[in-house]
Amino acid sequence: MNTDTHAAHADDHHHGDGHAHGSFSTYMLGFVLSVVLTAIPFWLVMSGALPSKQITALVIMAFAVVQIVVHMIYFLHMNTTSENGWSMMALIFTIVMVVIALSGSLWVMNHLNSNMMPMHEMTGMK
Amino acid sequence: MTVAVNPSQTGEPVFYLADEHPHPEGYSTSLGFWIYLMSDCLIFAILFATFGVLGANYAAGPAPKDLFDLDLVAVNTSMLLLSSITYGFAMLTMQQNKIAQTQMWLAITGLFGLAFIGIELTEFAHMIHEGATPQRSAFLSAFFTLVGTHGLHVSCGLIWLVTLMVQVGKFGLIEANRRRLMCLSMFWHFLDVVWIGVFTFVYLLGVLR
Amino acid sequence: MSPDLLKLIFGRLGIDSLPLHEPILVGTFVMVALGGITLFAGVTYFRLWGYLWREWFTTVDHKRIGIMYMILGIVMLLRGFADALMMRAQQALAFGGSEGFLPAHHYDQVFTAHGVIMIFFVAMPLVTGLMNYVVPLQIGARDVSFPFLNNFSFWMTVGGAVLVMASLFIGEFARTGWLAYPPLSNIGYSPDVGVDYYIWALQVAGVGTTLSGINLICTIVKLRCPGMTMMRMPVFTWTSLCTNILIVASFPVLTVVLALLSLDRYVGTNFFTNDFGGSPMMYVNLIWIWGHPEVYILVLPAFGIFSEVTSTFSGKRLFGYTSMVYATVVITILSYLVWLHHFFTMGSGASVNSFFGITTMIISIPTGAKMFNWLFTMYRGRIRFELPMMWTIAFMLTFVLGGMTGVLLAVPPADFVLHNSLFLIAHFHNVIIGGVVFGAFAGINYWFPKAFGFKLDPFWGKLSFWFWVTGFYLAFMPLYVLGLMGVTRRLRVFDDPSLQIWFVIAAIGAGLVFLGILSMLMQFAVSFLKREQLEDVTGDPWDARTLEWATSSPPPDYNFAFTPVVHDNDAWWDMKRRGYQRPLTGFKPIHMPSSTGTGIILAGFATAMGFGLIWYIWWLAAASFIAMLVVGIGHTFNYHRDFDIPADDVIRTEDARTKLLAGAK
Repeated sequence: MNTDTHAAHADDHHHGDGHAHGSFSTYMLGFVLSVVLTAIPFWLVMSGALPSKQITALVIMAFAVVQIVVHMIYFLHMNTTSENGWSMMALIFTIVMVVIALSGSLWVMNHLNSNMMPMHEMTGMK
Repeated sequence: MTVAVNPSQTGEPVFYLADEHPHPEGYSTSLGFWIYLMSDCLIFAILFATFGVLGANYAAGPAPKDLFDLDLVAVNTSMLLLSSITYGFAMLTMQQNKIAQTQMWLAITGLFGLAFIGIELTEFAHMIHEGATPQRSAFLSAFFTLVGTHGLHVSCGLIWLVTLMVQVGKFGLIEANRRRLMCLSMFWHFLDVVWIGVFTFVYLLGVLR
Repeated sequence: MSPDLLKLIFGRLGIDSLPLHEPILVGTFVMVALGGITLFAGVTYFRLWGYLWREWFTTVDHKRIGIMYMILGIVMLLRGFADALMMRAQQALAFGGSEGFLPAHHYDQVFTAHGVIMIFFVAMPLVTGLMNYVVPLQIGARDVSFPFLNNFSFWMTVGGAVLVMASLFIGEFARTGWLAYPPLSNIGYSPDVGVDYYIWALQVAGVGTTLSGINLICTIVKLRCPGMTMMRMPVFTWTSLCTNILIVASFPVLTVVLALLSLDRYVGTNFFTNDFGGSPMMYVNLIWIWGHPEVYILVLPAFGIFSEVTSTFSGKRLFGYTSMVYATVVITILSYLVWLHHFFTMGSGASVNSFFGITTMIISIPTGAKMFNWLFTMYRGRIRFELPMMWTIAFMLTFVLGGMTGVLLAVPPADFVLHNSLFLIAHFHNVIIGGVVFGAFAGINYWFPKAFGFKLDPFWGKLSFWFWVTGFYLAFMPLYVLGLMGVTRRLRVFDDPSLQIWFVIAAIGAGLVFLGILSMLMQFAVSFLKREQLEDVTGDPWDARTLEWATSSPPPDYNFAFTPVVHDNDAWWDMKRRGYQRPLTGFKPIHMPSSTGTGIILAGFATAMGFGLIWYIWWLAAASFIAMLVVGIGHTFNYHRDFDIPADDVIRTEDARTKLLAGAK
């Protein structure tokens, strides 16, 4: 909430048009990047190029994160200034919520399953 | 709109705007639509969480390896990616005020979207035909719901796209229509972002498992 | 007609769906029908339908929508409270072999309906109504960001309420408890329409709630008047912002959970079943990810109301404004990190339980900070014990008590003993009644003169206050005792006769609260009759501090003839202090949104679709869905949604006020 020192409206330059536009080159750059970032994980999984499944999993998840960022920047035109930073703040808040809900659910339910279903432990599955 | 927040020249504080300009139409729309997208994002987050928790419960039924055809998923992904860039072109031509070209790119985007839905439905039909129905196991329930919700969003996007094409055809690229096209553009690209999560966490990690 | 055809037309709705065998329900129905017919006839006789439709049902004015939310909340309070009285009476009677007067089938519906109605259709509308009415005025705006959506949101909330009310006389409501945990709520154990009513009522209302959340966030972010920076916003606006952020970030979770439950029920998927890999505990986990923030959605605006009231009636600037804001923000974030404390006993290990136990206890820190801020605001203030301030004091005492039992419950080992006991029931009524309900009443008494131009009658208000406060303590303190003795919630009959006295005391308390509600209705009626004595023409009856008191009471359609410019936290106080002169000339036309009937029509179709889905009347569901699409898309073809209030009208309204103010002097 960094608008303390400014009047609420006075620093709001582009009315009603808070989102920046892309240009042909930024769209194309984004597109090429996404194609590459999509193709590599598919290839990794389909060819089994990496030695272990765990490494492959980590790598493709990293690619997904990078690609999401690419889409955010080149297609959704996210930046820190649109809507006085409120778009970015909403996005960050949402990411925090998503992380809490996702990791929390997985943690809680995993704990529950391993506690309440000792069969898994006996068979050594988990 | 620059406002004399500080005392004016006479030294008297200003307590109201004698001469104000109303906020332009759609002043809050892009922020409002962005916040809606964030709430939609949470819908998908919860579906992902459900898939994450239940996605390994095959109930002695088919597993991802038995079901997923990565070639098909790759084709489908490219459909969505292509539709994203064509929508981008539609936005670029819109900025240059070229109605016919905007309409053409919108139509192409719609066709890619339609192809995406078609391929997805084929995949679903194939799976159901093989007995891998949503009722078969918690994994399949979660799979069909997550992927289906995304598909439903794309379908809504298509209906919206057609509506906008009619409106652009009827009223031209007026300010209101530009704003609507921009909202749909955010929606469309947002679905693409969700799809990145789907193909990574559902399909690729599923096949790896 | 053949049964097949009947089934096609009516789904599973038949003559036996009507509860003709339940004398209580038939009696209620007769009363409601008579009341409804009288109301309908009255409105027709006085030719008010056109007026209601034009001026209220289709309005996009945030003030009128706010008032309609309040009316909805108060009407539903009567229904929810009737359920409460029945439960208290049943539990006070059902001892020593007596079965009480409610059969199990009915009793289970009563406690479910009580919870659902009180949270979704009483507390939510009251809170949303106050936010809707007050926030645009406090930030010096003409309306909300999306006036049409505001109207639509309201009618969706009404649609949900209509479905819940319909379940009283057509079919039945859920018998599952207010959160409808599976597997009980799944089709195998609840094959009737009860849970479907529950699902669709909440889904329809939930759409409205989410949209109104987005709307108010945008309003606060985008439409603040010049000079009102974030850190100059009134605290009520701040808490409203945080509440709406919580709404937008949590109601989607509820939507998904209920959608998955409906898939289980309608399609036969296996999310929350016991077979095929489903996990009922996943439902509990997910619904509390929504459920805990929901608690803060309700109480944060109440905190805002108390802040406004305390500072106004102490005649002082609010103590620790900045810490108040930060405490609110911290509560907003923390409310997402505590959901597991609702199910400590489900079997997670020590690490999970201690994490969530600790986060829960941490929440009491910012809340405690708020409490001290209010106390320090009162300290050395010139306190006026008017009704809003009385409710605030009652809140401070009651809420601290409820908060402390909450911290007690946050200790996992203690929770293992107290889980699902009446101690828990006493705790959450302690914070919800002591916090949200008292807050709503403080808000109603505080802002009523703003909305209608006359104060509420203090005699009946005080009577209501004392009945409510004593009734509350009498009704819920015994439940703490019973809970500590191990009595669990939702029981219908009891074996141990030594418990009866506590339930009788609780029932007497509920009776006192009933008198409190009656006194409040009397207060409204008496105030209306004595409106000329209670009239306030200044627009600022309490010598208040924030912007909503700068305009007339009731405010004109356009709220402010000129958009205010703000220099201070307590903007109106600052204006009064520095000799603000109300502008008398230079009025211009004012741009405003036009009314539209689309909201109520869309919500009507949504409700019909819900009804069709509940009763398996597929044609109705499909037809309503298509109608919604057509009306919704049709609406987007209307590009002219605004009009200008001519300068002449503005001049006339403002001149009338000038005369009124001159007469008052």
